[in-house]
Amino acid sequence: MISLQSVCAAVPGLTEDDLRRWLEHDWVRPERQAGEPAFAEIDVARIRLIRELYMDFEVNEPSVPLVLSLLDQLYATRRQLRLVLETLDPPARRTVAETLAPVIPLDSES
Amino acid sequence: MAGTPYEILGVKKDATAAQIKSAYLKLAKKHHPDLNPGDKRAEERFKSISAAHDLLSDLEKRARYDRGEIDATGQERAPDRKFYRGYAEGAQGGRYRGGGQGGADSAAFQDIFADLFRNGGPLGGQGGPQGAGAFAGGRMRSADQRYQLTVSFIEAALGAARRLTLPDGRTLDVTIPAGLENGQVLRLRGQGEAGVNGQPAGDALIEVDILPHSFFRRDGDDIHLDLPVTAGEAALGAKIAVPTLTGPVNMSIPRHSDTGRQLRLRGRGIPARGGRPAGDLYVTLKIVLGTPDAAFEEALKAFYERHTIDPRKHLVETS
Repeated sequence: MISLQSVCAAVPGLTEDDLRRWLEHDWVRPERQAGEPAFAEIDVARIRLIRELYMDFEVNEPSVPLVLSLLDQLYATRRQLRLVLETLDPPARRTVAETLAPVIPLDSES
Repeated sequence: MAGTPYEILGVKKDATAAQIKSAYLKLAKKHHPDLNPGDKRAEERFKSISAAHDLLSDLEKRARYDRGEIDATGQERAPDRKFYRGYAEGAQGGRYRGGGQGGADSAAFQDIFADLFRNGGPLGGQGGPQGAGAFAGGRMRSADQRYQLTVSFIEAALGAARRLTLPDGRTLDVTIPAGLENGQVLRLRGQGEAGVNGQPAGDALIEVDILPHSFFRRDGDDIHLDLPVTAGEAALGAKIAVPTLTGPVNMSIPRHSDTGRQLRLRGRGIPARGGRPAGDLYVTLKIVLGTPDAAFEEALKAFYERHTIDPRKHLVETS
């Protein structure tokens, strides 16, 4: 688990005040250990993304939650799809792939 | 992405720092891997764009590159970065599911299943399967099949048996219980999608629409009916045949009845079932005058000369 200070050291251009504000806004939701935020790698990657959206791409503060909400929904959908496909056994997966082939051309990896 | 840093960013060799930044931001927004989770090549493109920007935004490096002292490929080793998308699709990504904290991803599953595994084909011209997935106790059950069935008012009130022909050619016998409510869903266990690999079969869910009746109305277990009567039947009393759910029944209209008088036929509503007593049929009289002849007009004139009646006196507001 990574401390708030370490996260700020690892992400260029991020101050502790920024990060605390983002926590207050619920943009980042790390686990808590003894009341202190304990960041995992996914949180750090998310913080990098928010930093880019907010500081580089000039997504303004009121719009950040909107963008995050859309991204969260996008990733939730992709997680679910992945889980669905992983739940299928290989013959069933092939059947799905063959059934979908006319509408969704799958590349060789899938 | 091949090419010089200038080509990658699409700027001229003499571009200003502002032009370079603007070109970089435009491309970076478009190709950011976390904003393009489905595009495997986005990461490579983004790294090239970032590397080109790193080089051209640093005046010293840009000058050395322009003088040929360093080459672009040497600088293209952008620090190995773990993007958000690499985590967000894993189980840990569930922490950032849409709509705030808490809950499990499986809750949203039904939506996606309903969309993804929808079966086509109409059913008997009145509705069709809508396909829905369901999880029972953590174990995957085959999909439930949804059907819509339209029944008449009388069928819903008294109960009926209907046979449905499904799109796959199977037939399904549906028992419509007496007193069925509009929008009620009948569940036929094990009649949905067939079970595969030892999974239990899904259920058939039949959502029932009840057509309105031309003169009966339903209020819970009671039935209401507006019954037209002649002025003579209302004034003098009569024994008349009243339609009920199960056929006509003779009913006495007391003499001196008026429009709006409500009479009750006990037990002639929804039949008794499962410990619930039968409902009643409420008949509301509605006087229909017809076309009076001269004699009737004379009789009416004579009557109203003898009696002053103001049926509208209760319409005056008292304040």
